[in-house]
Amino acid sequence: MIREFSQSEFLFILASARWTLLLTVLALLLGGVLGFVVAIARASRLAPVRALAAGWIGMIQGIPVLMLLFLSYYGLSLAGFDMPPVFAASVSMAIYASGYLGEIWRGAIQSVAWQQWEASAALAMSRAQQYRYVVLPQAMRIAVPPTVGFIVQLVKNTSIVSIIGVVELARAGNLINNATFQPFKVFGTVALIYFMICWPISLLARRLEGKLNAGRTG
Amino acid sequence: MPVVRVEGVHKRFGAVEVLKGIDLTVEGGQVIAIIGRSGSGKSTLLRCINGLEQIQAGRIEVAGHGLDASAKGLRDLRKDVGIVFQSYNLFPHLKVGENIMLAPRVVLGVGKAEARRRAEAALAEVGLAERFEAWPDNLSGGQQQRVAIARSLAMQPKVMLFDEVTSALDPELTGEVLQTMERLALHGMTMLLVTHEMAFARRVATTTVFMHQGRIWEQGPSERIFSAPETPELRQFLGGGLK
Ligand SMILES: Nc1ncnc2c1ncn2[C@@H]1O[C@H](COP(=O)(O)OP(=O)(O)OP(=O)(O)O)[C@@H](O)[C@H]1O
Ligand SMILES: [Mg+2]
Repeated sequence: MIREFSQSEFLFILASARWTLLLTVLALLLGGVLGFVVAIARASRLAPVRALAAGWIGMIQGIPVLMLLFLSYYGLSLAGFDMPPVFAASVSMAIYASGYLGEIWRGAIQSVAWQQWEASAALAMSRAQQYRYVVLPQAMRIAVPPTVGFIVQLVKNTSIVSIIGVVELARAGNLINNATFQPFKVFGTVALIYFMICWPISLLARRLEGKLNAGRTG
Repeated sequence: MPVVRVEGVHKRFGAVEVLKGIDLTVEGGQVIAIIGRSGSGKSTLLRCINGLEQIQAGRIEVAGHGLDASAKGLRDLRKDVGIVFQSYNLFPHLKVGENIMLAPRVVLGVGKAEARRRAEAALAEVGLAERFEAWPDNLSGGQQQRVAIARSLAMQPKVMLFDEVTSALDPELTGEVLQTMERLALHGMTMLLVTHEMAFARRVATTTVFMHQGRIWEQGPSERIFSAPETPELRQFLGGGLK
């Protein structure tokens, strides 16, 4: 039986966007923390720590997200963890995010002139103080555009978790389309919702960029 | 007790020995100029004194404290040693006043009001009292360099090191920075400065040190060093430099 694309179908799709949002937020929080650690480790004075961080970034960027997803999903269940698919999905998205955010932020940190490290060291600052007050504020300004670019990618890439049965935005659209056979309406709606999530992120980024550039001509 | 005591310091970069046994004493209130050819080790010596470079042999003491290699020991030493470089290296994300207040606040734990008082005093000392709220990018090179000096002064160091602080400046901006340094000297600051401004060294420095090939080749009262150099190397250096 073919259903109409009506209000309940629309609401179903809209509601499924919460999983897309939840996955994005979790991936950003967990992946952000891990990515930050990776970025700092990448600039460490200890060679083994640097190598480890570089290895992590290289590995994540060299593996398709799909494999990270399968590894989290099947790997965790084989290891005896019984968890909902959305958990494995979050873990894999967080790992994925950590690799890319780590690399973006490493680049931002290393683009801060070495003289800034030297000047702050000469003022007797500790390494942590140098990061906190001198390097990170400058790195942030450089990191905002590529970070936002990545977040937008992340929102869209969460669609991949539909493969292990999480009914997020893309999967919901697919289900409704199978029932209604109105692909233009259905996927048009889905696309619009993705857009409504991503657009404000870009806007916010532009305002943030403006704020971070306040008073600076360079 | 001397403010800085350098004894038998050797510094190597890989296989290249850049400092080959340096002995130097700086007494409180003394202004010492270091002159010498490019590559003779002048910058390296300054960088060793505040621990930006590690030494392979010898001893460095500032205000009676030996420089050990621990991170804490290094930071303690640096609280007493201000250094200003050829490039000003102001923090571009902070206003002038914030640039100066930062280290006293986070390193010395000075309160906000006191940090502000120090910053204002330091800015006044370099003649930029009215630029507290300016952004570094909006200042001329000479002004930025004076802010860099003020930033070091606000830590109330026991000695100030200057490494060719006017070399990156246009000639018309050099004067204002030299004047600032001269005023510091007049106010009793202990200073060790690497410079190519021979006239300035001769007039302002009590002692001038000539470095050559990683050694202190000749030193003495500035007037004597410039008017009656003893070694052929210094004579040649001054002859070439003053032409
Ligand atoms: N980080 C480093 N690694 C390797 N070699 C270095 C390093 N820093 C300095 N050197 C070398 O040490 C020697 C002395 O350098 P230094 O910068 O102390 O000379 P300088 O007297 O300050 O010269 P200039 O007048 O050009 O500033 C030079 O041969 C230089 O190439
Ligand atoms: Mg030099």
